[in-house]
Amino acid sequence: MYLYSITFYIFSLVAVLSALMVISARNPVHSVLFLILSFVNASGLFVLLGAEFLAMILVVVYVGAVAVLFLFVVMMLDINFVKLREGFLQYLPFGALLGIVLIIELGILFLTKSFSENSLSQFVQSPQINEVENTKLIGQVLYTDYFYLFQISGLILLVAMVGSITLTLRDRGQVKRQNISSQNFIDEKNAIEKKKIKLGEGI
Amino acid sequence: MHILFVPEVTLAILAVACLMYGLFSKNNSFNKATNFATLSLLFVSLLIFFDFSTNFALFDSFFSNTQFTKFFKILTTLGAAISLIISKNYFIDSKINKFEIPTLLLFSTLGMLIMISSKNLMIMYLAIELQSLSLYVVASIKRNSIESAESGVKYFILGALSSGILLYGFSLVYGFTGHTSFEGIANSLVEIDNLPIGLIFGLVFVLVGLAFKVSAVPFHMWTPDVYEGAPTSITAFFAIVPKLAAIALIFRFCLEPFGKFYFEWTQVIFFLSIASMFLGAIAAIAQKNLKRLLAYSSIGHVGYVLIALVSASDQGLKSASIYMFIYLVMNIAVFSIILSLKKSDAYVEKISSLSGLSKSNPVISASLAIIMLSMAGIPPFIGFFGKLYVFIAAIESQLYILAVLGVLASVISAFYYLRIIKGMYFDEPDDNQTFEFTISSESKVILSILMLLITFFILYPSLLTDVVSSISL
Repeated sequence: MYLYSITFYIFSLVAVLSALMVISARNPVHSVLFLILSFVNASGLFVLLGAEFLAMILVVVYVGAVAVLFLFVVMMLDINFVKLREGFLQYLPFGALLGIVLIIELGILFLTKSFSENSLSQFVQSPQINEVENTKLIGQVLYTDYFYLFQISGLILLVAMVGSITLTLRDRGQVKRQNISSQNFIDEKNAIEKKKIKLGEGI
Repeated sequence: MHILFVPEVTLAILAVACLMYGLFSKNNSFNKATNFATLSLLFVSLLIFFDFSTNFALFDSFFSNTQFTKFFKILTTLGAAISLIISKNYFIDSKINKFEIPTLLLFSTLGMLIMISSKNLMIMYLAIELQSLSLYVVASIKRNSIESAESGVKYFILGALSSGILLYGFSLVYGFTGHTSFEGIANSLVEIDNLPIGLIFGLVFVLVGLAFKVSAVPFHMWTPDVYEGAPTSITAFFAIVPKLAAIALIFRFCLEPFGKFYFEWTQVIFFLSIASMFLGAIAAIAQKNLKRLLAYSSIGHVGYVLIALVSASDQGLKSASIYMFIYLVMNIAVFSIILSLKKSDAYVEKISSLSGLSKSNPVISASLAIIMLSMAGIPPFIGFFGKLYVFIAAIESQLYILAVLGVLASVISAFYYLRIIKGMYFDEPDDNQTFEFTISSESKVILSILMLLITFFILYPSLLTDVVSSISL
């Protein structure tokens, strides 16, 4: 149990510290890198809870896609981050208010002992996560019971792809494209032009 | 139990085939893909009609197959096919002839079919996403027009917002009942006498999300802008088809899992219905654009259908089916005229530019006048019967206030329908531009049949009422 606690505290400490660094780092690229670190640590916490599928999804989706997208945006776009930071003190009271409200709400949640006995959970049978790993459980139903939903999700992704291509692909006339067959069918007759040049005159 | 599954599978395959066909056909790809899409929609509607079903184990919990879903599915596929036929020339004429349009509309229709027969919260959400994702794209398909882009973005943002609200409602319903299937939810509610507060919240959130989809007031804000900004052919599709699926879904969601607690949701629907009828009637008076006017008119029509839902009876279900059929007929007719009427090389969009139509094109203006009278619900025409059956359903359930308010709203709405007729017949044209009516032969056939139906429906109302009499959830 000690090992569990130590691991938990390491992961959560790094997660919280890197989250702090996200908003305090001067360099926006560093901010994004700290964001990735924070996500990875959060997924470590999920592993500790026994939700390894969620942990992997967090890494794949948030680190693999979202954070990298942020990184691209930060590096590609010319945003003046110094200007964005101005007026920090101006927003401080509002931010502090939001933080206090959040802390109070979390406190209420912890103080209310009847939270788990509410009508919310009495209907729900949750699987025993200690017996079967949840990736296997999801896999068992995803391609059998929920196969039909899986297919429709695939169609939705197809529609998203077709739609984004339709809206962004444009045919520009000036663009020169490589046409391999015309390159292969080229010979000296239509590629080389012979000219007789008189002496001393040039072309 | 047999599940109506083959039409959906067929349509999914045909939609992918349509994409490939459009992609690999060298020239005229739009034409070919549109014809392909139209034929496949007609084929699928035949499949639905003849009930070719296959028994797939386990799909029972996701799909229901009743006369009600069958009726709405046939209406949806036919409406989509006809809207493709009548808008083909407009697409080619305004140079937005991309083969992706019919493909996306096929996918959207597939989403609607799944929506209509969904029996599970998860499949309901996926179906709604499938149909609206395709519609967001086609709304902004005219890339060089800022209005089209605006309408697409507006539709997308409000659609995403409504999806979020819908999902939140679903999560609450799931949390408090422990089930996502309609039957499971209904079973878990059997022993309860009063809905827990969380479940009421969930129910209201889901209804709000669905009200966005049917554009009931106060969740209607996107409709006029999207209708106005999108190309008219796309507007025709928006007005004709997705409403059918969303109305069918809202009926099934209210009556199947929450049928026992109809007192809880009828209050919400009651308000939505009255607000939609009156806002549809009053806000349309100020409109100058024909498409905006039709948007408000469709909001009003949704209000009338929701009266049938409030009555929460078998008669209500039947009258809603009749109303949606009639709504489909009138909208196809009016859009097939708008999509072929040009004035000095531009499609007519302003109401004021219709002035003088009666002198140059008497037949067209007479047809338009008949459609407008029918939409207003004036007796000899078909629109009257839609409202009649809805009001009968309301009175049978002792909803006298709703029926009286409905009649009042319908009187107010008659004003702006009649104003169009007045513009065509009595206003002097302000310029000497001539009207040009170019219509393809297919749309001409469709328009003539629909005009006959609208005008002479009074002679054989049993044509529709016989079909509808067998409908039940």
